[in-house]
Amino acid sequence: MSALSAERLSVAFGGVRAVDGVSFDVAAGIVFSIIGPNGAGKTTLFNLISGLCRSHDGGVWLCGEDVTALAPEDLARRGLSRTFQNLQIFSHLTVIENVMVGRHRHEATGILADLLHLPAVARQNRGTRKAAAEALGRVGLGDAAERSASGLAYGHLKRLEIARALASEPKVLLLDEPAAGCNPVETREIEAIIRGIVADGVTVVLVEHDMRLVMNVSDRIHVLANGRTLAEGTAVEIRTNAAVIEAYLGVRGAREAAGAVG
Amino acid sequence: MSMLAPLERFRLLQRRRLAAAGASKSILLDRFRLLRRRRLISLVPIVAIVIILPLLFSSAYYYRVAALVFLFGIAALGLNLLMGFAGQVSLGHAGFMGIGAYAVAIGPTAFGIPPVLSFILGALLSALVAFVVGRPILRLKEHYLAVATLGFGILLAIVFTNEANWTGGPDGMAVPQLILFNWPLRGAAVWYWILAVSFLVGAVIALNLINSPTGRALRAIHDSEVAARVLGIDVAQKKLMIFVISAVYTSIAGSYLALLDGYITPQISGFLRSIELVAMVVLGGMGSVAGSLVGAAVLVILPQALTLFDEYEHVVLGLIVMGVMIFLRAGIVPSLAAAFGGGRS
Repeated sequence: MSALSAERLSVAFGGVRAVDGVSFDVAAGIVFSIIGPNGAGKTTLFNLISGLCRSHDGGVWLCGEDVTALAPEDLARRGLSRTFQNLQIFSHLTVIENVMVGRHRHEATGILADLLHLPAVARQNRGTRKAAAEALGRVGLGDAAERSASGLAYGHLKRLEIARALASEPKVLLLDEPAAGCNPVETREIEAIIRGIVADGVTVVLVEHDMRLVMNVSDRIHVLANGRTLAEGTAVEIRTNAAVIEAYLGVRGAREAAGAVG
Repeated sequence: MSMLAPLERFRLLQRRRLAAAGASKSILLDRFRLLRRRRLISLVPIVAIVIILPLLFSSAYYYRVAALVFLFGIAALGLNLLMGFAGQVSLGHAGFMGIGAYAVAIGPTAFGIPPVLSFILGALLSALVAFVVGRPILRLKEHYLAVATLGFGILLAIVFTNEANWTGGPDGMAVPQLILFNWPLRGAAVWYWILAVSFLVGAVIALNLINSPTGRALRAIHDSEVAARVLGIDVAQKKLMIFVISAVYTSIAGSYLALLDGYITPQISGFLRSIELVAMVVLGGMGSVAGSLVGAAVLVILPQALTLFDEYEHVVLGLIVMGVMIFLRAGIVPSLAAAFGGGRS
């Protein structure tokens, strides 16, 4: 069974078809990348999948369940999590509190217990903190736990978002340009983090411009241009696809992408 | 020991040396962190103040002013939970003060409900009104929410003014005394203790909430609703919840004010009162429990202290408030905490 399927997703903003009849199928436990030139509709596609934006047509299935009309919070409770290209950090919270919010769907205390700080809340807080610390450790931010999130460097904030999403224990994780603005060393760290996530059985859907990262880490690649599907295949197939080279990679890009594996 | 291989021995020594160097500093640091993480630590100075103040009071007047500070501290704290933590503005909160106040006035006189029960019913009624009004209103954001809540507050003030049969209209009405176990509560000193303890109870509950799963969700909503939603937080439900809780705090403060004064007029729920509450929150510090009390203290005590400026009283008050906002822009408590300890409050 596929972890995530999208069928004929379409949305238009003011006459511009941002996403136009895009369908794909993501097998469980793989890294599925979505690439394409700027404005191809990658982030809009993520917004359609995660419920922030409604498709005019078709639908979305998560682990076989129709989740087309669900709100983002309901999708999250069913095991879909995501990060954002333009960061959405809780800047008034500490680093670990950010990740603790990611545990929200696993927290079970009611409002009365919370107001009275019943023993169950103390237990819950301890459990949440422990799980959050673990998630922080996985992205290499364990030492920054008690710092204010607003004080972190950009590259660390990217990883903080990944830790926060991981803490929710998703089945499917959407990563929107996790390596944007990262230097080559940081990008390699992100690559290792992604591999670790997949090794734990989480399905990863990745939007990314760094072709080295995409070619290295992806099991399948879906190429968009002007809101439509241009091609889909393995890294090797995409790298050698004439249409993709013309629309997106360019001759030099294709060579770079080829170098990534070698 | 001598049986250890050289390499292992070297490692052992090195570890000991590192431990010795780091121990003194890190243990102290850990203690400090632990203290800061303790939920209720910020209340210790307030408890101390509550106990020490009466030693300095020379007349009932001081008790009354201090009682008013705690009373408005409760209202500001309620509004701060909504504004400072969840990031939702309300310019109509005095409306809930009015509901609480008229509940303890009308309940006993018109329906013969005992004052204590009227007090509780007032809080429940405010919760109900907040629940019903909050649903449509909290879909709005920022300025739009501000204007909608403003309208709600004005509407309530008009109701209290026009329903003269129940409320005595613009002239107001007398409020029966609160009698607890055959013991009438009167005198500024008695009210000082009631309101100080009430504030502390409210502060404990607020701190409990802030450090709970619900509280974290609320603070997350303040910073990014979209991120909160994709993490599974029902934003609309959480906003409604905090709006109701906030209304209950403010309603309780309103009931206390009516009982303390023994008389109320519709002004208790007027537009200016709502603005005053917002000013207390912002002055003292958004998102600071202690700041709510400090903000209330500034706006209750200053007008009293500034009477020596006669007709310039309001000018001086305005200048001071502007000065505080310019120089302590995060509010009094958070700004001072950042300047003197780098800590959060």
